[in-house]
Amino acid sequence: MSFMKATVSAAALAAVSATTAAARDNVQVAGSSTVLPYASIVAEAFGENTDFPTPVVESGGSSAGLKRFCEGVGENTIDIANASRKIKDKEVKACAEAGVTDIIEVRIGYDGIVFASQKDGPAYSGFEPADIFNALGAKVMVDGKLADNPHQTWSDFNAALPAEEIAGYIPGTKHGTREVFEVKVLLEGCKATGAFDAYMAENGGDKKAASKACYGVRADGKSVDIDGDYTETLARIASNPAGVGVFGLSFYENNTDKLKVSTVAGVVPNTETISTGEYPVSRPLYFYVKKAHIDVIPGLKEYAQFFVADELAGPDGPLAEYGLVADPELAKTQAMVADEATLNSGM
Amino acid sequence: MTNAASSLYTESARTKKRNSAERRFKAYGLAAIGAGLFFLVVLLWQIIGNGAGAFLQTRLSLPIALDTAAIEKAEGSMMKTSGYNKLIVAGLEGAMEAQGIKAVLDKKAAKALLSSGAPNTLRQFVLKNPDKLGQTVTLSLAGSSRLDGYLKGRVTRDSIADDKAIRPEHLDLADALQGAGLLRKSFNWGFITGNDASDLRPEQSGMGQSVLGSLAMMLVVLAVCLPVSVAASIYLEEFAPKNRLTAFIEVNISNLAAVPSIVYGILALAAFIQFGGGTMGIEAFRASAPLVGGLALSLMTLPTIIIATRAALKAVPQSIRDAALGVGASQMQAVFHHVLPLAMPGIMTGTIIGLAAALGETAPLLLIGMVAFVQTDIASASSFFTDPNVGMPAQIYIWATRADGAWYERAWGGIILLLIFLALMNAVAIFLRRKFERRW
Repeated sequence: MSFMKATVSAAALAAVSATTAAARDNVQVAGSSTVLPYASIVAEAFGENTDFPTPVVESGGSSAGLKRFCEGVGENTIDIANASRKIKDKEVKACAEAGVTDIIEVRIGYDGIVFASQKDGPAYSGFEPADIFNALGAKVMVDGKLADNPHQTWSDFNAALPAEEIAGYIPGTKHGTREVFEVKVLLEGCKATGAFDAYMAENGGDKKAASKACYGVRADGKSVDIDGDYTETLARIASNPAGVGVFGLSFYENNTDKLKVSTVAGVVPNTETISTGEYPVSRPLYFYVKKAHIDVIPGLKEYAQFFVADELAGPDGPLAEYGLVADPELAKTQAMVADEATLNSGM
Repeated sequence: MTNAASSLYTESARTKKRNSAERRFKAYGLAAIGAGLFFLVVLLWQIIGNGAGAFLQTRLSLPIALDTAAIEKAEGSMMKTSGYNKLIVAGLEGAMEAQGIKAVLDKKAAKALLSSGAPNTLRQFVLKNPDKLGQTVTLSLAGSSRLDGYLKGRVTRDSIADDKAIRPEHLDLADALQGAGLLRKSFNWGFITGNDASDLRPEQSGMGQSVLGSLAMMLVVLAVCLPVSVAASIYLEEFAPKNRLTAFIEVNISNLAAVPSIVYGILALAAFIQFGGGTMGIEAFRASAPLVGGLALSLMTLPTIIIATRAALKAVPQSIRDAALGVGASQMQAVFHHVLPLAMPGIMTGTIIGLAAALGETAPLLLIGMVAFVQTDIASASSFFTDPNVGMPAQIYIWATRADGAWYERAWGGIILLLIFLALMNAVAIFLRRKFERRW
């Protein structure tokens, strides 16, 4: 048996030493599922047009991506985190504690958030933020007072909307989209209906607490958190004709045969209305680069520069074709990436 | 004889009751099997109905003039592929003129009909055949996902009413091209051999890379699980004293077999990537590597294989061991010369079924970066076990979450391939059992 033992351990040693020779030569990216399609389009083009291998792009949500990003510096950590929101101060601090001090923030463009429903379903043609808040808020104004949301159908609070059972499919809390939905839709609606003032009175003028209260959604099953991807939202809408879902503009544009989009505040969402800021519900998309990994991981800086090049992120590039709203200040971002300007130095 | 109860020819009330209970039980059994078969048929119908389309691909064959100056210019620019695109558009124009197809060919029409990966197909062709520069070659290029859907009936003029990417007049042009014989559906080898593509190009994607990823992981699982589980089982079955400690170990192996697979994913992340790759600095242990994925799946499969192996060892009659020991064999000789060979078919079957279960797992791979967009050049994969890759079920999951409807078809097509693999593995297991199994 000793002979066999020796052979086995020799084989194992050979296998390990054969693989230790190769360092990581591909860029590793993780984060927002909204940025994922754009990142994979760029990664593919990057692999095609350069001599670097195609970067690996993982999904998982903005928060999860930034958490992994902040785990530390080294080849076993990711190089880039995609995010559909800005990095939070809390996350910057967590990063710094783990040794990730120099972070390059890159804004790639804007994404619209749209409300869509089944193509042959009820005519949800237009919403105001107040309508969404009245339908999905935890507490709404009833007869001038805050009360647990009593609304069962859309027409209960707005006669112009169809008399259909309320069913809202909104992004779950791990998605960056949720935050935009809270700030740009729920909070706006909260203010418009007067619920914000009522919360202010309740909390003794504490603006932060009042906003937080506005973000609450009803828990009686009329508002459903979707923790998965937009395909899950689409499946829910497909099985419930009365349902209204929150989607990214690009997802809607790829599924115009199944979905119809509603206006928000009277504006139809498309790349033009979003880039001019006319359409109210949009947010910037980012990715964050670990500066310490530049020059260690081959192709990292090149990938970041490639991403924001006019040929890709510009208004005629493949990203815009897929639904990204090009950033009018792209040139500034390009210069920032070229200079490797980090978060702190930029502020 | 007037007593009906004692007659053998007429059933008594109790016999009737017993017989009808038996008939009812048989009917329940048949109904259960019928329901099972019904669901199987529905499932297969769904899978094949939805996925068969992925095995066909719409292609456009175009004569393309490989203008040397244009190609040199393209190679010098940043987006090299956009230069090649111009050659393709020129080729399409030329083909339309030759066939007498009158339609305005704007930039949008070429984009709507051809895959955005077509320029890269052309570039790869040029890089491989530099001697063809300056000549005109006929290439078969993949059509866009919308065009492909149109030929397969998924996309209609009604369904694209609000679509930005394609317009009805583009479909008219497609009809004309099809009439001229330039546009046709053919078997999609790329789906079996190719690798993943970005969200814009469902028509370019294939399962090939993930098949290799799964294969690499299965090899790791086999290499880790078979020796470990055979050694553990033989010791526990043949040598270990029966005491509280071994009873405790036995119970816990059964417990481990029931642990949800995601737990092994977290364990693999902590043990292999963070500790092994990070603290210990073993570079082979990095995210997205099939080696790590295989080790994670090994952790998950090990208890299952140990249980199967022990069952196979137990099935060997005690008389075999007794006879061997009786003629003077040592315990180890008895095990290795007599018990193990007889238990081998059972061990192999258990191992293959354990592998098949591991093949279908996604959850443990989720946390170690093997559910991701990965494009590894298969032809030049320097390291089969350490280059980033995904497994087949992960690839299917990724496709199912993408926006374009064409991905949905691809995901179902991937399921067909996965099922073929599982069926093959189970067939091998059945063959081994039939061929070598001994009954006593």
